[in-house]
Amino acid sequence: MDKQAYRDLVKQQQPKVPYLKNAITAFLVGGLIGALGQALVTLYMNWFGLNEQQAGTPMIVTLIAVACLLTGLGVFDKLAGHAGAGTFIPITGFANSMTSAALESRAEGLVSGVGSHMFSLGGTVITFGIVASFVIGVIRYVFFGG
Amino acid sequence: MSSLAGKTILFESVYLSHFASVAGPIENQGPLHEGFDWTYDDLYAGEKTFEKAERAMQSQAQDLCLKKAKLLKDDLFCVIGGDLENQLVASSFSARHLECPFIGVYAACATSALGLGLAGLVVEAVEQPVMVSISSHNATAERQYRYPVEYGIQKKPTCTYTATGAASFLLSHQKASIRLVGCTLGRIIDYGLKDANDMGSAMAPAAYDTIKRHLASRQQTCQDYDLIVTGDLSGFGAKMLKSLFQADDIDLSPYQDCGLMLYDVAHQKVYQGGSGAACSALVLASHLLPQLLSGQIKHLLYVPTGALLSKTSTAQKETIPCIAHAIEWEVCQ
Repeated sequence: MDKQAYRDLVKQQQPKVPYLKNAITAFLVGGLIGALGQALVTLYMNWFGLNEQQAGTPMIVTLIAVACLLTGLGVFDKLAGHAGAGTFIPITGFANSMTSAALESRAEGLVSGVGSHMFSLGGTVITFGIVASFVIGVIRYVFFGG
Repeated sequence: MSSLAGKTILFESVYLSHFASVAGPIENQGPLHEGFDWTYDDLYAGEKTFEKAERAMQSQAQDLCLKKAKLLKDDLFCVIGGDLENQLVASSFSARHLECPFIGVYAACATSALGLGLAGLVVEAVEQPVMVSISSHNATAERQYRYPVEYGIQKKPTCTYTATGAASFLLSHQKASIRLVGCTLGRIIDYGLKDANDMGSAMAPAAYDTIKRHLASRQQTCQDYDLIVTGDLSGFGAKMLKSLFQADDIDLSPYQDCGLMLYDVAHQKVYQGGSGAACSALVLASHLLPQLLSGQIKHLLYVPTGALLSKTSTAQKETIPCIAHAIEWEVCQ
């Protein structure tokens, strides 16, 4: 069998990624996290007398804290193995990328370990987040006058 | 010692006298748990870091092997060690306490066979005992080749699970029950596959090449063996290897893959099966060699495969060069 024939055979017989199942799970879990966020906003509004905009920040902090805690307890990666984009896309995914990288490099010390490796996965989100907001900001300034 | 056309090396008097294995928690939950000399309930193995845990496992396997052989470290001519960590730190660090000459070898997951083949050459040349020491650790491999251990990501169904454990093998010129008949060193084979999440199908052509060359130079067929094992092709890779032989109308049987033997693939979350340098080494030490000793199998071809990639080569979208080394074992009459 020549190399091309082999590559074709691999492509044809490779176990397929269950995209539909993954998408449905991600939709449900992501939706659940969104609903949880909304419940927290309502809760903080009622408990602390905040308005909706003010309640957003403690809601995000809560979700980040929970995701970090679950990462530290070794539960998040198992959860995310099923939920995929459902836990990866919300702020929980970003929190997990930071915490897991920090945990991983803790043995190399605080400065050269945790400090420099913490953003090894999440850094890309920040880089492109800033680039995207700059581009959108310029477009908005040029076309809509700021 | 002689070499045959096809570059197979035949040994005259190289014997496997003793061996020992130390395994991690997931391996201990697998079907071969009774065969390990020592097991750990967690990946840290009582150490502070995963790297230290891997070294501790390798040192422990070495000590157990020497103890079984009633040898002192001074009796060894040298140690040949290998693992998956950068700069082979698991092997060289764990060999500190042995205080004897050390050779570090790397062939990714085929390291055990490369170590055994080279050890055979040394034993034949100097007629003194040589120890081969192999390890891999799921967490050290994950962080080096993939992502942090706790990073939540959905794995592709073609992934494999890097085995945690260490195994040591003592080769000697003095007659013992198991003889190392010969070895065929692998060539670098690259069929142009790039998916680092599907190493089984990338490595299958390397196993195909080495097995074919070994059989041709020894003028054997697959059926001359009681068992032919590959190291960590696992479910899909093993299937592709069979397809490669089928295309040549060769019946690859009796055949098994260590990645499918180390774990209960249907019930343990190991995706296609096991991988890593320790995968084949653990199966050899806990299952195959005991079977040779008990006479359940008498003639074994052991062909671990290695994917010689790095995180950088994967990120740069390079294809995966692979290798497989074959070791032929037989029971002495």
